[in-house]
Amino acid sequence: MPDKLEFRELQELAAEILGVEPERVQMNVSFQRDLAADSLDLVELIAAIEDKYEVELPEEELEKMKVISDLWQFLEQKHAQRLEA
Amino acid sequence: MNPNNGRRVAVTGLGFVTPIGNDLETVWSNLVEGVSGVGPITYFDTATYSCKIAAQVKGFDPELYMDRKTARHIGRYCQFALAASRQALDQAGLDPAQLDPDDVGVIVSSGIGGMEEIEKSHTALMQRGVRRISPFTVPMMIADMGAGIVAMHTKAGGPNFAIASACASSGHALGEAAEIIKRGDARAMLAGGAEATITPLTMGAFCQIKAVSERNDEPEKACRPFDVDRDGFVMGEGSVMFVLEDLEFARRRGARVLAELAGYGASADMHHFTAPHPEGAGAIRAMRKALTRAGVQPEEVGYINAHGTSTKLGDVAETKAIKEVFGEHAHQLAVSSTKSVHAHLLGAAGAMEAAACVLAIQRGMLPPTINLDRQDPDCDLDYVPNHARPAEVGVAISNSFGFGGHNATVVIRKPEAN
Repeated sequence: MPDKLEFRELQELAAEILGVEPERVQMNVSFQRDLAADSLDLVELIAAIEDKYEVELPEEELEKMKVISDLWQFLEQKHAQRLEA
Repeated sequence: MNPNNGRRVAVTGLGFVTPIGNDLETVWSNLVEGVSGVGPITYFDTATYSCKIAAQVKGFDPELYMDRKTARHIGRYCQFALAASRQALDQAGLDPAQLDPDDVGVIVSSGIGGMEEIEKSHTALMQRGVRRISPFTVPMMIADMGAGIVAMHTKAGGPNFAIASACASSGHALGEAAEIIKRGDARAMLAGGAEATITPLTMGAFCQIKAVSERNDEPEKACRPFDVDRDGFVMGEGSVMFVLEDLEFARRRGARVLAELAGYGASADMHHFTAPHPEGAGAIRAMRKALTRAGVQPEEVGYINAHGTSTKLGDVAETKAIKEVFGEHAHQLAVSSTKSVHAHLLGAAGAMEAAACVLAIQRGMLPPTINLDRQDPDCDLDYVPNHARPAEVGVAISNSFGFGGHNATVVIRKPEAN
């Protein structure tokens, strides 16, 4: 996991996978509703997030996340846990 | 009963993504100038490969034809097919979205499908485990997806599938698409083939069967059909797509008819996995059926675009077959293998070469067989050696033969004045 979490990096990662401009990836948007992500896109996104942030992100977990800020909070929480450890 | 149901099939559009250009005029210019598309393989390290050359597509930007997300999520061969289809529809002035969904169908044939994508996902599996297999692996690898993608993006909702017959795939695609129009199941068809197999596994596998040229130090001279020094085919890639239409439909809507797809014949060699029948027995029957269906006498044929892959056995067998079908006239008509220039597009080869027939008829110019320096005595026809030649041609045929012993011949005829 990177030393410091930068939201810009998550924007760029998701934008690359979903084929949208990074600016469209904002805290209050939904991958499915706003960025037209289908189930295949989400599987690809999970793999990319797991690789970049060295976390495990079960599909059920991502499905519970309504907007991108939910994912961001999940990553911040994992990051904090790692710093404490 | 007239098997054509009184219908004739017009060619009204062509689209190209090929090693010798990604638009019609560039492709034609390189065909007639004999500018080879073959060079060193740059996609992967070929240090341990006996063949290090291929004809790669150059300067292709998928985002000229589709959005970025689509480009990311479809196989390379599907990108080629969608690009070529859009060009063909543009030339035909046909927009399937403006018609009934059943009016326009699509056949995109591929010999293999998304090979690069299969290989990448297999590598991910071996190195990083099952959860790193791309979820797009299946849609990227299956050989029917070209037809599916083209329909989704052009709104052509008629008959939709792929035909797999190796290097004859798009010869069959054109012929079967014409039959669909003749039997009334569509007014128009987007038909052709797409292939993208310049990959580590495919190239290695072809090296192992000694099917590909090893003339690595002179790539542009490697594909030399009918020459004594030929040593195998050269892998190419790309897509060529046709718009075929019911001739009456094309005339009613004021489309420019480039040529008529007048006949089609298909057969099997019944002989061997990879070797052609030594006397071209299957090829003879395919050519004869195609001429019969077109109502064309052998003496009317002025040009044959040969399958001519530059293999030792294939070029001789095809020459024998042509002599059997055409008799004395075999020595009057012109034969060329444009594979010498664009190399072997496998599942797109038949469409590429039928397109060369359309353009040769339309423009009154026969594209040459390049690298024909010393003609094989067993290949004793007029192969239009090394230089294009002006000629008025009324009827041309394109031969396509595939591993498995599949043969397809299509007959292309000059259109009557509108």
